Amino acid sequence: MIAALRHGVRRVFDVAERSLDRLAGPALNPLAQLGALGFFLFWIVAVSGIYLFMLFDTGVENAYASVEWYSTRHAWHAGVMRSFHRYASDMMVVVMALHLLREFARDRYRGARWFSWLTGVPVIWFIYMSGITGYWLVWDQLAQYVATTSTELLDWLPIFGEPIARNFLAPSSLSNRFFTLLVFLHIAVPLVLLFMLWIHIQRITRPKVNPPRTLAALTMLALFAVSVAKPALSQGPADLARVPSPVGLDWFYLSLYPLADAAPGALWGLLAAATVMLAAMPWLPPLRRMRPAVVDLPHCNGCGRCVEDCPYDALQLVPRTDDLPYALEVAVDTDKCVSCGICTGSCPSSTPFRSVGPLVTGIDLPDLTFASQRERVHELAEVSDQSPRLLVIGCQHGAAGTRTDGTLSLPCVAMAPPSLIDYALSRGFADGVVVAGCAESACYNRLGVEWMQQRIAGERDPYLRSRVPRERILSVWASPTEGARLDRELAEFKNRLATLTEPQSPAEAPAIREAAS
Amino acid sequence: MSAPVSMPRLAGLFVVLAAVMAFAAAFSDAPAYRQIPPDTGVIKFSFSHRADRSQECRRLTPEELAKLPPNMRRPVECPRGRRGIVAELTIDNKTVFSGEIPPSGFAKDGPSQIYRRFVVKAGSHTVTARLRDTPRTEGFDHERTEAVTVAPGQSLALDFRPEHGGFVWR
Repeated sequence: MIAALRHGVRRVFDVAERSLDRLAGPALNPLAQLGALGFFLFWIVAVSGIYLFMLFDTGVENAYASVEWYSTRHAWHAGVMRSFHRYASDMMVVVMALHLLREFARDRYRGARWFSWLTGVPVIWFIYMSGITGYWLVWDQLAQYVATTSTELLDWLPIFGEPIARNFLAPSSLSNRFFTLLVFLHIAVPLVLLFMLWIHIQRITRPKVNPPRTLAALTMLALFAVSVAKPALSQGPADLARVPSPVGLDWFYLSLYPLADAAPGALWGLLAAATVMLAAMPWLPPLRRMRPAVVDLPHCNGCGRCVEDCPYDALQLVPRTDDLPYALEVAVDTDKCVSCGICTGSCPSSTPFRSVGPLVTGIDLPDLTFASQRERVHELAEVSDQSPRLLVIGCQHGAAGTRTDGTLSLPCVAMAPPSLIDYALSRGFADGVVVAGCAESACYNRLGVEWMQQRIAGERDPYLRSRVPRERILSVWASPTEGARLDRELAEFKNRLATLTEPQSPAEAPAIREAAS
Repeated sequence: MSAPVSMPRLAGLFVVLAAVMAFAAAFSDAPAYRQIPPDTGVIKFSFSHRADRSQECRRLTPEELAKLPPNMRRPVECPRGRRGIVAELTIDNKTVFSGEIPPSGFAKDGPSQIYRRFVVKAGSHTVTARLRDTPRTEGFDHERTEAVTVAPGQSLALDFRPEHGGFVWR
């Protein structure tokens, strides 16, 4: 059932993401930058919050008066900042929800990725606590509703001495000191949130914590436009002698509050169940994955390319443990390794041109060795009766994921070293090579698409040699829902190949294969 | 690796972002939520009050005092524990709360505490609150009956303040 749900949500995301890809390009696609946008919005909230705090006056009477003062008399700067503060906070909830759903839909929360998912669960709580404590400070009618309902909800738990809700029994029961406590909470909780966000990204390398500048600028511009068009305003001063009803709720933060009014116990049960469910999801069921990467020390000189390319911080350079004359060797943290194979693709010893002895590389996946990649290239060349012959290096998570025809299927296209493309073309195993990875903005293994693009372009080591005819290489970055586009691009590529001079001879391949093995 | 994005496409992306922001802004204070029906008010019944001790204080015998260290020889021993408070609230002769509220704290030596909220129709109501905080087993030590008028949306709080003579409206 979870798999079906995941598939359904993924299709929705795919349609939306590809539309945004077409509109703004993969680099500026907001759905591919949700984590980075979350951080960016956090900083907007933090900066606008500091600005507002300078103008804010704590106290039963002063809080509302000071907020009204700067929202009306100084609307052009402080009022805008207030709107920034509120709407960026709301957007954090939106971005967080989309980020969670997207990672779920793309099955990027199980296996070695459990850590990022699990540490994201308290982040949800802290985002809500940050937002809710902020609403109290304004001390308008919404603040009164939030304060009384929150305290009544907390009082349901048998952990507090005197009911906290008694602080809001009558106007005389509220003290200025209470606002000092709230200000402290509204600063402390976001600081803890920032700490939790830092933990959240610990198990990935090159985390995207800043969106591209153009996207950041457009986000700010959109926020400004909405802030001017619909400024965030107070809802009349709080009056504990009256029930604030009706009250305009912020449905992003307070959508469950009506349930708190009716059944606080049920709400706590719901929150507890949802938290436990979310926390347990990486193991419902556990991801069955290939065994992690293994280092073959005689073929590893500790160059560090695999460490540089690993998207999951699963590789480290450590002092040498054998007698070879190198200072360092690579160690695999098997808990972090997702078996993407990108390390194999980055290893200089991963070259299929070796003709002496068994084909062994410095770092490899035991369940999908580099030798088996080369073997597959040979097999495909042997059985192919098409002309021109295509070798598709396909990502299992992209449009080529279900292809078997002429396809070398890998957990990530970046598992294939550029030398494999060179090998297939120069040794006559294919007339053209298609690198069919995930959609550019949705690489399942985070950096695989980027690394492969840079390798082919000669911008990243290991480079695709300049002698390799680029016209015989096609890169297709397509999601699983874009199978038709992949087929179309393959057909067009075949037509182009057919027009090229000096086509490779299918008859040559087996002979060359024998020579190579 | 991506090509520069043209201005019309950037404008399109801005429209998308602005639309999402507008969605956020729209639901940041609407639709309004009504906590109580329009023709009702709220009566809160809440107090934090310490009842009498669960057992009477007693004077120690000279033998018991002699067994204690010299600096701890207090002639009267008073157990920490408190009794629960029996309280009752009726609105228009209908009992909306009745029960014993236990003392708080692990040692059961804290005040008994209650916070209840009752939504009532706007208009006049006769409210009676009763409370027992002594060793007596029947009847009440404190009682207050009063006719109150609740305006629509009004919030009245009935507290117990022994220093002010018992139940007080706040």
